[in-house]
Amino acid sequence: MCLAIPMQLVDRNEHEGVVELKGVRRHVSLMLTPEARVGDHLLVHAGYAIGAVDAEEAAETVRLFEEIIAAEGSSEDAHPEFDEGARRGDVNRER
Amino acid sequence: MNSTTFSRAMARGGALGNERDQLKEAPAQAPERILLAHGSGGRLTQELVRNLFLPAFENPQLAALSDAAVLPELPVGSRPVLTTDAFVVDPPIFPGGDVGYLSVCGTVNDLSVAGARPLYLTWALVLEEGTEGELVRCCVEGAQRAAAEAGIAIVAGDTKVVPRGKGDRIYITTAGLGIMPPNRAVGDARIAPGDVLLVSGPVGDHGATIMACRHELSGEALRSDCAPLNGLTEALFSAGIDVHAMHDPTRGGVVTTCHEVAQRTGLRIVLRESALPVRPAVLALCEVLGLDPLAVPCEGRALIWVPEGEAERALAVLHARGDGRDAARIGRLTAASTDRAPVAIVNALGVERPLDLLSGAGLPRIC
Amino acid sequence: MKDEAVYTDARAVRAVLDQLHVAAARLDRQVTFMEVCGTHTHAIGAAGLRRMLPANVRLVSGPGCPVCVTPVGYLDHAEALAALPDTLLCTFGDLFRVPSSRGSLEKLAASGGRVRVVYSAHDALAIARANPSQRVIFLAIGFETTAPTIAAVLAEAERSWIANFHILPGNKTIPPALRALANDPDVRLDGLILPGHVSVITGADAFAFVARQHRLPAVVTGFSPADIARAILELVRQRAAGRAEVVNHYSRVVSAEGNRVAQELIGRFFESGDAVWRGLGTIPGSGLTLRAQWAHRDAARIPVTLAAPREPAGCRCGEVLRGRIDPPACPLFGRTCTPDEPVGACMVSSEGSCAAWYRHERLGTGADTHSVGAQR
Repeated sequence: MCLAIPMQLVDRNEHEGVVELKGVRRHVSLMLTPEARVGDHLLVHAGYAIGAVDAEEAAETVRLFEEIIAAEGSSEDAHPEFDEGARRGDVNRER
Repeated sequence: MNSTTFSRAMARGGALGNERDQLKEAPAQAPERILLAHGSGGRLTQELVRNLFLPAFENPQLAALSDAAVLPELPVGSRPVLTTDAFVVDPPIFPGGDVGYLSVCGTVNDLSVAGARPLYLTWALVLEEGTEGELVRCCVEGAQRAAAEAGIAIVAGDTKVVPRGKGDRIYITTAGLGIMPPNRAVGDARIAPGDVLLVSGPVGDHGATIMACRHELSGEALRSDCAPLNGLTEALFSAGIDVHAMHDPTRGGVVTTCHEVAQRTGLRIVLRESALPVRPAVLALCEVLGLDPLAVPCEGRALIWVPEGEAERALAVLHARGDGRDAARIGRLTAASTDRAPVAIVNALGVERPLDLLSGAGLPRIC
Repeated sequence: MKDEAVYTDARAVRAVLDQLHVAAARLDRQVTFMEVCGTHTHAIGAAGLRRMLPANVRLVSGPGCPVCVTPVGYLDHAEALAALPDTLLCTFGDLFRVPSSRGSLEKLAASGGRVRVVYSAHDALAIARANPSQRVIFLAIGFETTAPTIAAVLAEAERSWIANFHILPGNKTIPPALRALANDPDVRLDGLILPGHVSVITGADAFAFVARQHRLPAVVTGFSPADIARAILELVRQRAAGRAEVVNHYSRVVSAEGNRVAQELIGRFFESGDAVWRGLGTIPGSGLTLRAQWAHRDAARIPVTLAAPREPAGCRCGEVLRGRIDPPACPLFGRTCTPDEPVGACMVSSEGSCAAWYRHERLGTGADTHSVGAQR
C-alpha cells in the first residue's frame, strides 16, 4: 500500500533535505528521520523520508541472495529466441 | 480580432526588396509582452512578423509573402503526404527543448514514420495576452532550429491572441507536407506474423522530463528526446531495409502505440521487458512517481516493424547513427489468439502477462 | 546502493522457487497465505509469481489497499465538502477515480468542482498557505506508512499558524484488520506476508500477536520478486514444521521497534477509533481520528448533509478484500467492472486485487481468467 523507494540524502538543513536516485533529485521532509546524515540511504514515501536503510543489513541480504544463486548454478533464459539480452542495467525495483 | 497572415501584414508594410535584405541581418526580436493588438493585424502584428517571424524562418516561400505559399512542383511519381498536429505543453520550455522545437519535430516525425520525406510546414500560434515575448521568441527560434535540423521550411503561418485567462501562454498548430517516393510502401497493412519490433532509442525521456518539471524533481540526466526522425528513417530506406511500418510513440507511450497497431492489424505484440532500453534516470523518475516507462511519451523515437530477416541489418544501420546507437529489438509479432491479450510482455523471470492500456491520466500515487 | 540487481535477478528467484517446490512437497495439505499489502499484490502480479507456485500453495490478496478499503461514504463526504463555499479539496491521485455513490472526484473536477491532486500532504499545506481565503481540506487516507506524513504536516500547520488547513480523517491501521481476519471463521489462512513499509513505521514487533495469539506464521518482507519468493518459502517451511513465528526478512529497513519519531507524531495528533472498511464493515480501533484538541483541523466536524451511501449492486469487493474469493468469482469482474470503467474500489487502485488480477493474471481479453498453474 505504500510506494516507497530508497534514495540517497545528498544535502540537508534542519527539517528538509535533497535525495537522489540515479541522478533524479527531489526535496523531502526529514521530520520523520531527523537523525539522517548526508550519505545515508533513506526510504522516501509521499515526499517524506520514513526510515533509513541499514547498510549492514542490506549487505547481508544481498550476500544471502548471492549465495542462493551460487548454490543453484546457472540457469537458461526462458525465452531463448531473443538474443538481445538484458539491456536495462542494474535497476532498483524495490517498492 | 481580425485574422492575418504574415503575407498581408507585410504587403501593407511597404517595399519588400530592401526590407528582405535588412531582415537577413537582424536577429529575431520579440516584444516584452504579447498584447491583444499583436493579433489584430495592425502595426503590432506587422512588427511581430517583421522583427520575429521573418528573421527566424528564412526561406523563399515565406519571403515571397503571398496569401498562400506557392510551392515548387513535387518530383514526378511521388505522392503528397499531409499531416496536422496541435501542441500544448506545460511547461513550454523544458530541458532538451521547447514547444516550438517540439511542434516542428512532432510534425516532421508524423510524416517520417509514415515513410514520407518531409518538405514544408505551416505554423500557427494562439497566444495568450500577457505572455512574455521572450517565451515566444524562444519557441520561434526552437522551431527554426528544428526546421534546419530536419531540412524543411516553414512556409506559412498565422497568429491569434486571446484575452488573458482564455489560453495557456502558447498553443501551436501545424500542418506538414511531405512526399512519398514511388515504390515505397510503408504501413500497418504490411505488418505480418513473425515480424520483429525495434525501437530506435531509450523510451520515456520526454514524458519523464516533463513530469519531473511538473513535480519539482530535477535531474541533469533528464532531457527530452525531442528530435527530428527523418534522417534516421531515410537512412533505413537508403540501406534498402524492407521497413514494414513505423510509428512514433508519443501520447500514451509505447504501450498505447502497440495497442493501436494490434487493433488495426489483428495481430499480437509480445514485448520483452529486459530488452527495453530505458535510461536509469527515467527509470528512477518512474519509480518515484509510480509511472510505467512504457506508458510515458517519447518525442524523438521510432518504433519500427521489420521482417525477422531484416532485423540485424536494420539495427546495424541504426547503431551507426548517433540518434540510433541505443536501438534495440524489443518485441515480436504473432498471430492473434482469443485466449491471449493483444499486447503482452515477458518479464525478467520469463513470465508472459498482458500489458494493458493505462486507464485515466498517469497521476502520481502513494500506493 | 550497490548490488540491488540481485533482488530482481531471475536466477535468485528461480533458485528460491526451486527450494519452495521441494519444501511444499512436505506439506500434508494445501495451504493458503495472504499478502496483506496492496503493493505486494501489485509486485506479485507484475512478477507473475502466482503461476510459479507449487500447486498446493495458494496466495490470496488481503485488504491492504487503502484506496480499496475507503468506504463509499468517505467519497460522498468529500464531495459534499467540496460543494461548500470557499472550500478546496486536496487528494492523493489514488482516490481520484474511485466511485462514490453518484460519481467520483475526477467527475467532480471535470464539472468545475474544486479538487486538486497532490503527491504529498505537504503540497496540500503549501496550497493552503497560498490560498488564505480558502478552506483547504486534505483527504487523509493511507495506513501507518502515510499517517505520520500527515501528522507531520499537521505539526507544521500548527507551528506556522496556517489556520485554513484541515483534514478529513480516513487513515486506518493494519493490526486490528489482521485480528479481524484471523478471527473470521470463513477466512482460513495458514500464514501472512506482512506489509513491508507499514512495518518500517510500526516495527516488526507490532505484528508479534499474529504468531502468539493466532498461531499464524508471518514474514515481513520487501517488494522485489526475490524477497517475496523467499517469504513464501519461509511460510511453507514453518507450516511444514508446525511452527508459528513472525520473521523479519526486510531488516535492511524494518527494525523490531520501528520509527519512534513517526509513532510519536501519530500519537500526538491521532487516537484509535472505530473505522468502516469497505467490504469488511466496522473494525474496532482500526481508524485514526483526530484528538479533540485538534478539532479545529477536523473537517469531519464541518456540518454537511449526507445521503446514505449507495454500494454498487453485485460488487463483491468485500469478499475479495477478505481473501474469500478471487476477483474472477465476482460477476462484474472483467465485464461491467474493468480498470477503464471501475465499479468497485478494488478495480480502481492499481494495487487493488481486482485491478492486479485484471492486469497480471488474466490471459485473455475478457473475464475468462485461467486458473494459474505453474509455468516454468
